[in-house]
Amino acid sequence: MLANIDTILFKDIDEPGLNTREVYERRGGYEMLRKALKMEPGEVLDEMLASGVRGRGGAGFAMGRKMSFIPKGTMDKYLVCNADESEPGTFKDRELMQKNPHLLIEGIIIGAYCIGATRSFIFIRGEYDYVADILDAAVAEARAAGYLGENILGSDHTIDLVVHRGAGAYICGEETALLDSLEGKRGNPRLKPPFPAVQGLYQGPTLINNVESLMNVPVILNMGGAEFAKIGTETSTGTKLVSISGQVKYPGNYEIVLGTKTRDILFDLAGGPLDGRTFKAWFPGGSSSPVMPLTEEVLEMPYDFDSIAKAGSMLGSGAIIVFDDSTSIVDVCYKTAHFYRHESCGKCSPCREGCNWTEKMLVRIKNGDATPMDLDIIESVCSQIMGNCLCVLGDAMAMPVSSMIKHFRPEFEAYIEAKREEAGFGVSIPQVNRGAHAGPGPLLSPAQAA
Amino acid sequence: MAIDPTKIKRYDHGSRVPGWDESADLTKDPAVVPDPATTYVPEPVREAIEVLMGKYPDVRSAAIPAMKIVQREHGWLSPQAMEQAACVLRLTPAYLVAVASFYDMFELKPKGKNDVYVCTNISCSLLGADGVYARMKDEMEGDPDFNVRAFECLGACEIAPMASVNGVYVGPLTEDDCAQIREDLKEGREVLPDKQLAKRKAASKHWKR
Ligand SMILES: Cc1cc2nc3c(=O)[nH]c(=O)nc-3n(C[C@H](O)[C@H](O)[C@H](O)COP(=O)(O)O)c2cc1C
Ligand code: SF4
Ligand code: FES
Repeated sequence: MLANIDTILFKDIDEPGLNTREVYERRGGYEMLRKALKMEPGEVLDEMLASGVRGRGGAGFAMGRKMSFIPKGTMDKYLVCNADESEPGTFKDRELMQKNPHLLIEGIIIGAYCIGATRSFIFIRGEYDYVADILDAAVAEARAAGYLGENILGSDHTIDLVVHRGAGAYICGEETALLDSLEGKRGNPRLKPPFPAVQGLYQGPTLINNVESLMNVPVILNMGGAEFAKIGTETSTGTKLVSISGQVKYPGNYEIVLGTKTRDILFDLAGGPLDGRTFKAWFPGGSSSPVMPLTEEVLEMPYDFDSIAKAGSMLGSGAIIVFDDSTSIVDVCYKTAHFYRHESCGKCSPCREGCNWTEKMLVRIKNGDATPMDLDIIESVCSQIMGNCLCVLGDAMAMPVSSMIKHFRPEFEAYIEAKREEAGFGVSIPQVNRGAHAGPGPLLSPAQAA
Repeated sequence: MAIDPTKIKRYDHGSRVPGWDESADLTKDPAVVPDPATTYVPEPVREAIEVLMGKYPDVRSAAIPAMKIVQREHGWLSPQAMEQAACVLRLTPAYLVAVASFYDMFELKPKGKNDVYVCTNISCSLLGADGVYARMKDEMEGDPDFNVRAFECLGACEIAPMASVNGVYVGPLTEDDCAQIREDLKEGREVLPDKQLAKRKAASKHWKR
């Protein structure tokens, strides 16, 4: 028997026609919107706070608290759904939106009602064109039924929803870059504070949440916040979609209760390693999360926000990428650095230059003209990126790359020597300047070092 | 020693950097907002962009979707395409080029008709994406019908290695599928119908165990 599978958001996800209003309503859809409109916005917020639900987009910030930061008053407020989903390894929002778009729309309308927003947007990545078409059709259906537009369901609330398609840039998933992109600019992150809750889209207070987060809103109203909080662990409530990919038998999206044991996820759901292989390591929460070797201890770890953080990584977007003993850690490391170098927006130097040089050093390693000292330099570059950037994209490169070097240094070193020999450079000079902050200090000649 | 500016090698467009934004003609003065009286904009394009402009509180928000429309119309963001979008949006072409150059899906140079984006990111490369990409290039590169590009994670790692063919997600691909994709596109057929992601069930149903 598989451990707790597809219980809430993924329940009957493949029911034919679920993406149409008719089937969605037959299953009780939009009832929660009716219920919400009979409540005060403050009461909806109380349910969200009681549920303890944390954002599913990456940072894991409590959703109710973020909603409570939106100022009261009659100014123009906005709700933006973050459907940019470009974090390597993440593909849950795509399946959710494709198969159950009305649940997202209902969540957005209730969220907008709760914070008093009259305009809302779904920012969907440009590559998901066919999913955006499905959303557009669903929005049109919802508008025709009076769920969107002026005086929704006869109330005095006006809520509009626009599906906005991006044009291909990972950084537009970062909330302030997303806002700039939505305003028709280059997607550069903004300096924070002010936070979007105070000054966001078109300078108005803006609530930004991930697709999966917003889909939980009707679920929470249905169950009641207190009841929802009983699912999962004390600090990680509810269920989570995990996108499992890489070298496993059964990749795909699975819904788990937060706190499920890692072993159950990787072996029961994902079917374990491919035939004849053994697991080596994983990214527990997308390519931005520090890599962890898959030891017995890690397999025993409950999969929830705090347990993973305590073990030195993060749950992030819930994207699990697994690789096995047939894969060279250097290749994974290079692909990771290459991605962030390509996606760095270039606004701040530590990230723009740091990602660039890290990738170049990894290319050098692959070409066979690096020495183990390059690993020290990479580590030092990474340590200077962390905490020094305008947004966390820089950290998102530095954390996985330095974690790979930390856990797999001997493999990197052996790789370097093997490649040097292949390329005809001979063995590297004896290692000097080893240590956490090697930096570009003076190089000793082999004779001096000996 | 003074540097003689006439000795500095420059490209035709006046810059020392090769071809960084062919959509703008750097030998001319910066273009102003195109005059609607003298700029030809096809009626369907104008209408589509005007609908977009009505959707947002600020018309600039319509810039990116509008450029998608003219790119579809012209095949790439040619100077003429930019002029048309700028004319309807009442923005300068330079503003649009500056925005477009930020995004991966805007083409600032002429490109082949069919977009084949092969994902070469982490999950796909763990299962052989680099080989698929190399093979795809062998099959299609140089043919003006195709625009083959290596892409970052397209958000479909469960079907790794995968590609987006004119927006249709297909996978898991083998190297031999590349020739089939080429055939399907040439013949105007649906691409690899059995491997389309949109038809796949959720993982717990898809895998028979
Ligand atoms: C570089 C970068 C990329 C991000 N990409 C996404 C994304 O694709 N989807 C998403 O929901 N959140 C993404 N985030 C997180 C958002 O900034 C934001 O925290 C999130 O949308 C908040 O929603 P939540 O509270 O519901 O999780 C990204 C953050 C960074 C720094
Ligand atoms: S950290 Fe990178 S992506 Fe973020 S603002 Fe700086 S340069 Fe841009
Ligand atoms: S890595 Fe290829 S689709 Fe995600």
